[in-house]
Amino acid sequence: MASLRPGEANLGTTIMAVEFDGGVVVGADSRTTTGAYIANRVTDKLTKVHDLIYCCRSGSAADTQAIADVVKYHLELYAAQHNEPPTVKVAASLFQEICYQNKNNLSAGIIVAGWDARDGASVYEIPLGGSIHRQTFAIGGSGSTYIYGYCDKVFRDGMTKEQCVEFVKNSVSLAMTRDGSSGGVVRLAVITKDNVERIFVPGDMLPEQYLG
Amino acid sequence: MTSIGTGYDLSVSTYSPDGRVFQVEYAQKAVDNSGTAVGLRVKDGVVLAVEKIKHSRLLVPHANRRIMTASKHIGVATAGWISDTRHLVKRVRDEARDYRSTYKVEIPAKIIAERMGMYAQAYTLYSAVRPFGVSTIIGTVDADGPQLYMIEPSGQYVGYRGCAAGKGKQVAKTEIEKLNLDQMTAREAIKEAARIIYAAHDDSKDKLFELELSWVCAESNGLHVHVPQDLFDEAIQHAERSLNDDDDDDEMEGDDE
Repeated sequence: MASLRPGEANLGTTIMAVEFDGGVVVGADSRTTTGAYIANRVTDKLTKVHDLIYCCRSGSAADTQAIADVVKYHLELYAAQHNEPPTVKVAASLFQEICYQNKNNLSAGIIVAGWDARDGASVYEIPLGGSIHRQTFAIGGSGSTYIYGYCDKVFRDGMTKEQCVEFVKNSVSLAMTRDGSSGGVVRLAVITKDNVERIFVPGDMLPEQYLG
Repeated sequence: MTSIGTGYDLSVSTYSPDGRVFQVEYAQKAVDNSGTAVGLRVKDGVVLAVEKIKHSRLLVPHANRRIMTASKHIGVATAGWISDTRHLVKRVRDEARDYRSTYKVEIPAKIIAERMGMYAQAYTLYSAVRPFGVSTIIGTVDADGPQLYMIEPSGQYVGYRGCAAGKGKQVAKTEIEKLNLDQMTAREAIKEAARIIYAAHDDSKDKLFELELSWVCAESNGLHVHVPQDLFDEAIQHAERSLNDDDDDDEMEGDDE
């Protein structure tokens, strides 16, 4: 079943993606746990599957890595056969198909985000059962439950790139303080037409907030 | 063909000494004996037309269609053996469905053309099979706009603005070349396609034939469908009128009937 085995590495996780005009911002915490033990405190949960398409992984580290590898292969093949880069929709559909067909054996909640010439910036969420949802912004992982209210209140349509970066940084770090299985640093990626910019926020440079 | 009787035409898995595969060329002959099929790619859609030769007056109208729908937005018109055609259309359908289920997007024309080309080519390699006696014209409007491809029995596939196959292909191609396809609308192209099929029809060889007309365009909601009856009748009138005009120009006196 879709539950972790004893000792399996878990991406307890807070992940997030937001669309803005001309691109997307994706973000994640960096904690990987095996039970109570932090197996990796600087994990990169933002995985590139094509030049301008990233996925944010939550759930089993092994399962999500394996799925991302398969999708990466399919997208490389797609680009070669079609002589043009794949759309985010195609990438998300591949993730969805794998997650749905193997739903009984996988523990994977994935957000796919990126930019393509056909649809521009787009964000897709693929939660546990293998459904697919296009959204202007998406949050996922165990930490996301603590920030639904915050995100719904703060999110505005038509935010700039800078505003989105701040939004993701604030949301993820709020989740990190409340969620025991999220923490460490905040990793971000800004995907636009031309390139991907990676941003690193160390644990001692997180936005100011009430810490109880 | 001077090489007949030399034994090099018995199998697709043997080349002749001058580098030809005769069975593939014979398959092309099967296509050349068939009623004419025409495809036109215009600015806002694609149009397919076929001269379906009837071997009996007893045939039910519209039976044994030679233009088929492979996917909602993909039309296939063929020249050649109808039984081989049905097999190939099934393959087009399977490929379209397969692509849709993996990528959740309709298959682009160049991909379906490539896959059908690969499929046809595989039948030119093994002695246990024969090449398809069919030229397949695929017309569709995909994300990049109207598209038209033709796949030959050899497996060769080419994208076209206008193409023709079958016994009237020479006449048809000459007529197509006179058209300004890039400026034309699908509605106009329907009439032209009907006219071309009528012009390519040789009354002395085959008396009975039925015109088939289909399109994919905005007016058909992006779907491949046979054209509506009123438009079909209008196209036939246009075709017959221009045929008669041509006859008058040739100063042919006395109607034969």
